[in-house]
Amino acid sequence: MSDTALPALPSPAPRRMGHGSFWIVTIIIGLLVALALRGLGSEYGYFAATFVLQYIVLATAWNILGGYAGYVNFGAAAFFAAGAYTTVAMGKALGLSLLPCIALAALVGGALGFGTGILTLRLRGAYFAIATLCLSVVLQTLVVNWDYVGGSRGAYVLRPREVPWPFDGYSGLLCTVMVAMAAASVAISRTIQKSRLGLGLTALRDDEAAAEAAGVPTLKLKLIATSISGAMMAAAGAPLPYLGSYVEPNTAFGMAYAVNAIAMPLIGGMGTWSGPLIGAVLLASLQQAATVTISSAANLMIVGVVLVGFVCLAPHGIVGLFRGRR
Amino acid sequence: MSEIVLRAEGVGKRFGGFTALSGVDLEVRAGERLGLIGPNGSGKSTFTNCLAGAFPSHDGAFTFKGQKLAGLKSHERARRGLARTFQLPRPFRGMTVIDNIRVPLAYAGRDAATDERAMECLESVELAAKANRMPKELTQVELRRLELARATALKPELLIADEAMAGLSHAEVDQILALLFRLNEAGTTIIMIEHVMRAVTEFSQRLAVLVAGKKVADGEPRAVLSMPEVEEAYLGR
Amino acid sequence: MDPDLALLLNGIVSGLLLGGLYAAAAAGLSVSFGMLDVVNIAHPAFMVLASLLVALLWAATGLDPLLLSLLLTPAFWALGAAIYVVYHHFFERRGDEAIQGLAFFFGIMFIIEVALVMTVGPDQHFADASYANITWRLGEIDLPLRMLVPAALAFAAIGALALFLRRTFTGRAIAAVAQDRDALRLLAIDPVRIKRLAFGISIAMAALAGGALVVVQPVDAWSGHIFIGRVFAVVIMGGLSSLGGCVLAALAFGVVENVTASFYGPSWSPAVAFGCLLLVLAFRPQGLFGRAA
Repeated sequence: MSDTALPALPSPAPRRMGHGSFWIVTIIIGLLVALALRGLGSEYGYFAATFVLQYIVLATAWNILGGYAGYVNFGAAAFFAAGAYTTVAMGKALGLSLLPCIALAALVGGALGFGTGILTLRLRGAYFAIATLCLSVVLQTLVVNWDYVGGSRGAYVLRPREVPWPFDGYSGLLCTVMVAMAAASVAISRTIQKSRLGLGLTALRDDEAAAEAAGVPTLKLKLIATSISGAMMAAAGAPLPYLGSYVEPNTAFGMAYAVNAIAMPLIGGMGTWSGPLIGAVLLASLQQAATVTISSAANLMIVGVVLVGFVCLAPHGIVGLFRGRR
Repeated sequence: MSEIVLRAEGVGKRFGGFTALSGVDLEVRAGERLGLIGPNGSGKSTFTNCLAGAFPSHDGAFTFKGQKLAGLKSHERARRGLARTFQLPRPFRGMTVIDNIRVPLAYAGRDAATDERAMECLESVELAAKANRMPKELTQVELRRLELARATALKPELLIADEAMAGLSHAEVDQILALLFRLNEAGTTIIMIEHVMRAVTEFSQRLAVLVAGKKVADGEPRAVLSMPEVEEAYLGR
Repeated sequence: MDPDLALLLNGIVSGLLLGGLYAAAAAGLSVSFGMLDVVNIAHPAFMVLASLLVALLWAATGLDPLLLSLLLTPAFWALGAAIYVVYHHFFERRGDEAIQGLAFFFGIMFIIEVALVMTVGPDQHFADASYANITWRLGEIDLPLRMLVPAALAFAAIGALALFLRRTFTGRAIAAVAQDRDALRLLAIDPVRIKRLAFGISIAMAALAGGALVVVQPVDAWSGHIFIGRVFAVVIMGGLSSLGGCVLAALAFGVVENVTASFYGPSWSPAVAFGCLLLVLAFRPQGLFGRAA
């Protein structure tokens, strides 16, 4: 029966934008955003944009492990803080400026992610999630007891006075760096999703044993995913000390980062590159608005309520709503 | 006679104090259709899992195409041409039918993971029309066919079909049987693990019987089935 | 006595008492996570909710905090049952428990905490029992009633729970639901009803633990965080569904934490405790007192 009506080849491929063109489009959009913010030139505009952009990086990074591979990381705050404290320690020890600190933070986060990946050897599901939570507490304890970076008192980081040419101030520079990181992370995430790696991660998310039987080297892929995800989260945290000129463990390891990192991809739609982007833009803007207009406790309440509401009523997020029921 | 593609020597596996499999020797020749039968809990699935690499530590050794398999992970065995299906179909539920086929093609296929190649695999199991559906839209027998297509996308030399027909109707069993015959004609050696006796006897050139973790018989199907110990294992108790 | 030895002995004894508190906190989770397979990461948040309610009620009435927490248990039972109904409706029934279910409880936890901050403020709250300042002494060893009484209540409650699970029909049905859902169907028992009941019990246990907690130490809205790791650690080390293992693990955990705090300072104790859990997870996922799968 099916021989008589041979269907045309399914063709998502031709419609699909190539990796190269997607990167170019992303770079152009990034440049436009950076220029628009420069045109606006307001200190608050920079601050609010940096806030939103940092969550785009964090949510996108979380999604690479949580959305593609299905491993829930409750310890996003630990990776974020690892990045922030890399900046503090490197700035103090070697006097490095922001950009090399971001690169080093990515290395530290990648190494930490690799270590987390080793945990996936034995731990699945809730156990992995709980282990990442523990990792977060252990790391926070280490930082609290590490006097060199200020211990529980926190550390001050001075913004450089001199700012290179196109920028109108350090906030502008920070914001532009964040735009670049957000654009890069979205492009990386999309490239992974549409590549062999993304296919393999999705397969192991659905069924690890079946993925192995289909030739997917699951452990290797998980280690790659945890490392990339960890590196990106730490990179997102690296500029944090400069943002407020001050970090202390309770804010850097704050629960808000961990919750948002999960809530944003869930709300936007997990397992797609666009989900975390949509979720981060919506939820972070909403929080920024609520902080200004209501109170900072209220903005967290919004995250909680929106998260629970979405998880119950639209478990596949906004992207899932548009795709319809599958 | 053709060469030996798989040799199992003294394969055994214990879980805690329970011996699920012990001292199983088995030889399979290239192009052969072997039926592996035995009552529930006789060690057939344990044997499959040991062979496919799901249980890394077991006694004894497997030699596949002249190479020892010890120390190789499941995916490495799959890439060397050792494919399996699962007792209960285990599709990748989050992706379309064709993407299910792209996974083995991308990771272990002998040729490029093109759409054409994936469609060929689906056509071979008559699922081409459902390429863009999700697995949950498939019927039970379609899921079995998808399972087979995913395994054969590896272009395996040896396929272990683990109860590929359990719970299917008479006509559906015939569909799957025809598929397996076609695969075998194309050169794939097949070990069929099955409870549907009609299918095993129709398909197998040779039967091996496991009872309580031990191989009790191995030979020409009719002769094996009329052996008293086999009859006892199936009918007695 | 050698002062170091006295310090060690005191560390062990007060660690055991602290372990009583942890056992109370973990026993409820052992029911929900261990037996029902519901990963209620918000369990400590419910405990903190009870703590702060007890503190408010105590300030208003002056009744004993532990008695107040006992009075709260029916309300918490109902709350737990209601939450299970929602959880079952949206996740368990759909088979979407894994990520969405985890996120659901994560969100619940966050909502409880933020709601507490918004209503009672971010400050620490406390409730002084009448015996709070009495300390019994056994030679060199101090036995502060502030720790001893909550621990005693915890053990009594866990004992009662264990008896309930072992001796009553409903209790045995809860234990059975952990093993095999279909078995219950064959007995014509509705597994959902049993799980709802059991989840209510687990949240009621959280109320008792909250009462014990606020007697032992001042509590703020975020106090639950440090307990997330602790209670999961205890339940996992205890072998998930075994209340006995849970109590043993809680005592061991309390001692390790407290001895670390006495010798190296309190800021190190979380790392030691959580380090233990990480090691247990990595090398013996079935728990210290559980059997291999």
